[in-house]
Amino acid sequence: MSEALKELGAHIELKRPDCVLGWDVSFGELNMDVTLGHFTEFVEFLKNDPTCKFSTLVDITAVDHPERPKRFTVVYHLLSMYQNHRIRLRVAIREDEMVPSITSVHPCANWPERETFDMFGIIFTDHPDLRRLLTDYGFRGHPLRKDFPTTGYTEVRYDEVQKRVVYEPVSLPQDYRQFDFMSPWEGAEYILPGDEKGEAK
Amino acid sequence: MMDGSRYDDGSTDALSGEQKIRNFNINFGPQHPAAHGVLRLVLELDGEIVERCDPHVGLLHRGTEKLMESRTYLQNLPYLDRLDYVAPMNQEHAWCLAIEKMTGTEVPRRGSLIRVLYSEIGRVLNHLMNVCSQAMDVGALTPNLWGFEEREKLMIFYERACGARLHSNYFRPGGVHQDLPDALLDDIEEWALGFPEILDDIETLLTENRVFKQRNVDIAVVDVDTALEHGYSGVMLRSTGLAWDLRRSQPYECYDEFDFKVPVGKNGDCYDRYLMRLAEMRESTNIIRQAIVKLREATGDVMTRGKLSPPKRGEMKTSMEALIHHFKLYTEGFHVPEGEVYACVEAPKGEFGVYIVGDGTNRPYRAKLRAPGYMHLQSLDHITCGHQLADVAAIIGTIDIVFGEIDR
Repeated sequence: MSEALKELGAHIELKRPDCVLGWDVSFGELNMDVTLGHFTEFVEFLKNDPTCKFSTLVDITAVDHPERPKRFTVVYHLLSMYQNHRIRLRVAIREDEMVPSITSVHPCANWPERETFDMFGIIFTDHPDLRRLLTDYGFRGHPLRKDFPTTGYTEVRYDEVQKRVVYEPVSLPQDYRQFDFMSPWEGAEYILPGDEKGEAK
Repeated sequence: MMDGSRYDDGSTDALSGEQKIRNFNINFGPQHPAAHGVLRLVLELDGEIVERCDPHVGLLHRGTEKLMESRTYLQNLPYLDRLDYVAPMNQEHAWCLAIEKMTGTEVPRRGSLIRVLYSEIGRVLNHLMNVCSQAMDVGALTPNLWGFEEREKLMIFYERACGARLHSNYFRPGGVHQDLPDALLDDIEEWALGFPEILDDIETLLTENRVFKQRNVDIAVVDVDTALEHGYSGVMLRSTGLAWDLRRSQPYECYDEFDFKVPVGKNGDCYDRYLMRLAEMRESTNIIRQAIVKLREATGDVMTRGKLSPPKRGEMKTSMEALIHHFKLYTEGFHVPEGEVYACVEAPKGEFGVYIVGDGTNRPYRAKLRAPGYMHLQSLDHITCGHQLADVAAIIGTIDIVFGEIDR
């Protein structure tokens, strides 16, 4: 299986050297880093090339790495039902960069792109209808960014006096518990309470 | 107000002298029994014909993916049950497969067979729910009552295996949590022998029913191109005639040693999909029977004993290391190597996939859940355009949506 994927990766790189930055096969899956320029054409090539024939878009998502200069990685999963193989495309972008929409090639990219916009704030150019999808009407912020707190900023409740649902800032009797169970012997990046005394001596 | 006077502003067409009437916008849901949960549709109607359909989703959004980032891999498993709550174990399966792929864990044979057995029970659970509630959407009440009786029996099998009827948390990375007692296998087999008759009974109510056929035949016809363009999978895809089933084409677990057929549709309409779901239930029952025969021979452990799984209870009473391991597993959890994987299963509704980005710690850096119903619901605008308003309910029924997995 991975031999065939390596051949496929080499084939795509040979055909479109301007788009492919690099590729590897790990965990039996083909990953390909792609440039932002000509991205739509590249996806179209993957769809129509007879050896690739990636006819189905499985999913679009993104990963947030705040510490990297190119903060977001937009991830595309494609599947070929004719050749029976899969590929993962990764596009790294800066926070201020925009990604071309691939709705013209795969119409089903519509909602996944809307969701990625909603969750990460990544803007897709030429998208027919880039509105928020999963979050509340009038929601602010992009929840899946790493700097967005899991608890969010607002909470809702029904107000008996005003006879409607009201929005309020989140107030928790106890902080959201982010347990850190990392063992101090392998990779924990904090000083255990009491340990700082030992160093003071 | 309701006489439409608001929509007739008194203007007339200069050429034909006809009255001009604006299109009617209506809100379908979110509290509508045919919306299968909390779907809100904004429909634009020209008379009774749907011109535009804009689904508003997210009313059940719970931020599962965000929550997953702050919990260990094992703690995240129960969240998967709450996605497609009609067939919970199939979702867990994808999560476990993803972790097993990253850690390179082999599942022992008995564990693997139990997973197949319960995945297929999940498929029957889902299709029973879908077929029968779709019948209710188009006006038949009895199949729903009969179907739920069977679902109840299956839920009891869930309960006897893992203690919970719905949110089972039974599949674990490396196998399944507990072994099945022999009596349970006997009971499942007995059920599987009798179940085809129940399907026959349901068929007598629906298959040749005139009203049911009028509501379903030639409604929401999809062809191969539409299916590929809109990212269909599962029954929706196969109804177009494309025989694509992940159990067959990209076999996972031990599906390659089972003998089953993949039903394929011919016309791609709602009625085809109804027939296919019935056929799939028969095939699943067949797989269940085969799995039970195999399970009787395959005695052994149901879980790979190692870093990913807890030690046996008896061991913990005598061995200090086992006790430490147990404590570490349920507090810190296991570490998963760096990298990213996508694992998918043929869930009853289509391809359910899990994409995990690991950073070498005990928690996923990012987890994305790919729900089949999401893609199907997205194409609702495309399918419903040109249909009657009354068909919308039948179409929502046939695309088989559950909001747990769409809104996540």
